[in-house]
Amino acid sequence: MPIRGRLSLTMTSDTDTLLAEDPITGEEIELPADVEVGEIIDSPVTGTELEVISLDPVVLEEAPELEEDWGE
Amino acid sequence: MRVGVLYSRIRKDEKLLLSELRDRGHEVEKIDVRKERFGLESTTANVADLDLVVDRCLSTSRSLYATKFLDSYGVPVVNSPETGDVCADKAKNSLALAEADIPTPATEVAFTKETALEAIESFGYPCVLKPVVGSWGRLMAKIDTRDAAEAILEHKETLGHYEHKVFYVQEFVDKPGRDIRALAVDGEPVAAMTRSSDHWLTNAAKGGETESFELDDRALELVERASNAVGGGMLGVDLMEVGGTDSGEYTVHEVNHTVEFKALDSATDVNVPAEVVDWLEAKAAAAANGEEVTA
Repeated sequence: MPIRGRLSLTMTSDTDTLLAEDPITGEEIELPADVEVGEIIDSPVTGTELEVISLDPVVLEEAPELEEDWGE
Repeated sequence: MRVGVLYSRIRKDEKLLLSELRDRGHEVEKIDVRKERFGLESTTANVADLDLVVDRCLSTSRSLYATKFLDSYGVPVVNSPETGDVCADKAKNSLALAEADIPTPATEVAFTKETALEAIESFGYPCVLKPVVGSWGRLMAKIDTRDAAEAILEHKETLGHYEHKVFYVQEFVDKPGRDIRALAVDGEPVAAMTRSSDHWLTNAAKGGETESFELDDRALELVERASNAVGGGMLGVDLMEVGGTDSGEYTVHEVNHTVEFKALDSATDVNVPAEVVDWLEAKAAAAANGEEVTA
């Protein structure tokens, strides 16, 4: 079961970002406000690829590992 | 239009595409194929009344099955499952190019270590061994000696998946430190770039440097023919220059069916997502008129 982190949808005060919990470290991280469900972002804390599972609340999960048939 | 986007992972490419579609006022139905089921007559995916579905699945197997099922329901989908089937498999890809008389590297397929070694020896060294399914230059081997060939073949035999026992052996093309990626829609080039590296693999995914490239008449012709050879659609056509950068001669080594375009969008002045959406709009209009959406 992938590790999940969640935090309520929170717009930061002066920027177009969302706050979420890094599922690996538990730290609060900022995401661009236009982030999409299904989008992959790099954790600014660990560099781990995280998948956006939902936006309300913001839930991040460790992204699936590369599989052999991925690509173009 | 109301457009469905099949995906399992939103990369920058899909983000660019989604933004362009929404900016133009199109209604987008994101379809995460991991969450859906596909039956013989219907699917849990919300595909009712979609004008067009565009396949952006990162996983080749999901791409091939999902498009095949949608096509069976009569949902217009690009690229078509037929195009995907040819492009997803390097052996089928090579056969399609050769059958269309398009210059492509000499290739042999063998099914045992022994016959693969015979193929390698007949090409001489160096030559190239590739998995039939895969991308981004992964598990590709440039083989310089018989010792290396024997070791790699033995490793591949033990990898487990049956596809690793389909040995795809190819001549090594001595390209001038770069290859060319052209993005084309039904054979019409959108943009092209070179991918350069000191390494023999020049894929952008492997860190190859990208630079805008202008296709000459011969390259334009080959891109169009290669697109037709695999059934048309939105494709990444990969070419190598043969005999140096000024020779005007090319060999087409691959056509990709779920083409990534973020590197091309950055490397060129072309607004690639806008061109892609222009094409999708034309495809949706054609589908609405009862025309086939593939070339």
